[in-house]
Amino acid sequence: MRDAIVLENVSKVYSLSYTTTGVKNFLTHLPAYIKKMRKRRFWALKDISLTVHRGEAFGITGRNGAGKSTLLCLIAGVMKPTTGDIRIEGRVAPLLELGAGFHPELTGRENIILNGVLLGMTRREIKKKLPEIIAFSELEEFIDQPIRTYSSGMLARLGFSVAVHIDPEILLIDEILAVGDTQFQKKCLDRMLTFKKNGSTIVHVSHNIPQIKMLCDRVALIDGGRLREIKMAEEL
Amino acid sequence: MRLQYLFDLALVLTQKEIKVRYKSSFLGYLWSVANPLLYALIFYFVFKVIMKFNIKHYTLFLISGLFPWQWISSSISSGAGVYVNNSALIKKIIFPRSFLPLVQVLNDAFHFVVSLPIIAVFLFIYHMRPGASWFYGAPLWLVPTFFITLGLALAVASINLFFRDLQYFVGLFLTILFYLTPIFYDISFVPRRYRPLIFLNPFTPLITGWRQLLMANTVNTHDLLLSLGYAGLLFLSGFFIYRKLKSRFAEVL
Repeated sequence: MRDAIVLENVSKVYSLSYTTTGVKNFLTHLPAYIKKMRKRRFWALKDISLTVHRGEAFGITGRNGAGKSTLLCLIAGVMKPTTGDIRIEGRVAPLLELGAGFHPELTGRENIILNGVLLGMTRREIKKKLPEIIAFSELEEFIDQPIRTYSSGMLARLGFSVAVHIDPEILLIDEILAVGDTQFQKKCLDRMLTFKKNGSTIVHVSHNIPQIKMLCDRVALIDGGRLREIKMAEEL
Repeated sequence: MRLQYLFDLALVLTQKEIKVRYKSSFLGYLWSVANPLLYALIFYFVFKVIMKFNIKHYTLFLISGLFPWQWISSSISSGAGVYVNNSALIKKIIFPRSFLPLVQVLNDAFHFVVSLPIIAVFLFIYHMRPGASWFYGAPLWLVPTFFITLGLALAVASINLFFRDLQYFVGLFLTILFYLTPIFYDISFVPRRYRPLIFLNPFTPLITGWRQLLMANTVNTHDLLLSLGYAGLLFLSGFFIYRKLKSRFAEVL
């Protein structure tokens, strides 16, 4: 089996005093400032090594602030690890947020295109999938209305519908399966299971143990920035 | 494939900016020209009516400098906040981050281009007319204007994430530059010994070049080459700064 994602001794450090106090302070207290920056560090992740196989659904769980989302951001490439190596094979679709770039004044249709290119699709790809995306969202009636008229549930459905039509090889999901009503949630989960059946690799960050059990093969438990253990999902 | 994607990304994002501008405002097009026209009116009153400047066709002179300046200054001042204001995109999505300032510059470039007919109208009022040279002259001048603006926008947008105060300095800086660029006065008014100095300002050849094209229908090769030189320098430095800082964008937001 080939590996989709390989992490080797990955660590991530945040400098807590990064939010600056301004140019003047920075310039007048340059040495002290640098010293302070060195000192006030926070290890969000420490020495994580793990491998996600191709076609596998991999869960990541842990308490708030354990470093789950940081880990996903690193895999997505939004941030770089401080030390260690990340190797990824395949086209990644990071679904860290639904409806990225949505603009309230534009219609549902226009926002699908906007969100689609931001998620890495070309216009042609989006236009080909447009009917499918609209059908999935069940928003046909409202699709040419500006989305400021949508309810938050409708917005989430629109965002999710675009997201699941990217056809990625590797899908990164951060807690976003919990959108819409129960019926729509089920539809989303089914879609994820179809992805998996078709051979996509899925990394899913969640607190929701039943959901993880339903979708994932293996689960990593993160605590305090360290990898505690990797279990089979059914052992949870 | 990758190139097609990048093209689509720039196109869709720029279209969005333009659409939003026209959808949410009743006066749409007028806003993109109202600002420079209003400035032209003020400067006309102050310098022509009160100070009695001796410049021919002063209204035309003013707007042919103010319109390109509007593009440059608007892109740089709103470029400064472009990463800070789009923190959700930076933290949650991967796409080339340089496209946010790029789209800002393209958006203002679009508004500049669609304001050119206004200048043509003023030409006719003064019994002059736009020449065929606009068709190659305008694209020639768009290149250095675009790259100078983009370089500066990239630099201020990136640095502003680390020093948020920069945003305020940018406004101040642009005001100073506005007065140091021959926009409402002619380069010939500048005493001879300061003239090399004023050409150290990258906007000087740019504005005088645009003006010469728009008013006299000629392309000033000297100004163009100088502008292209500045464009290369500023774009490369801006891009270098962006490249150095971009991997830490998501952390500081």
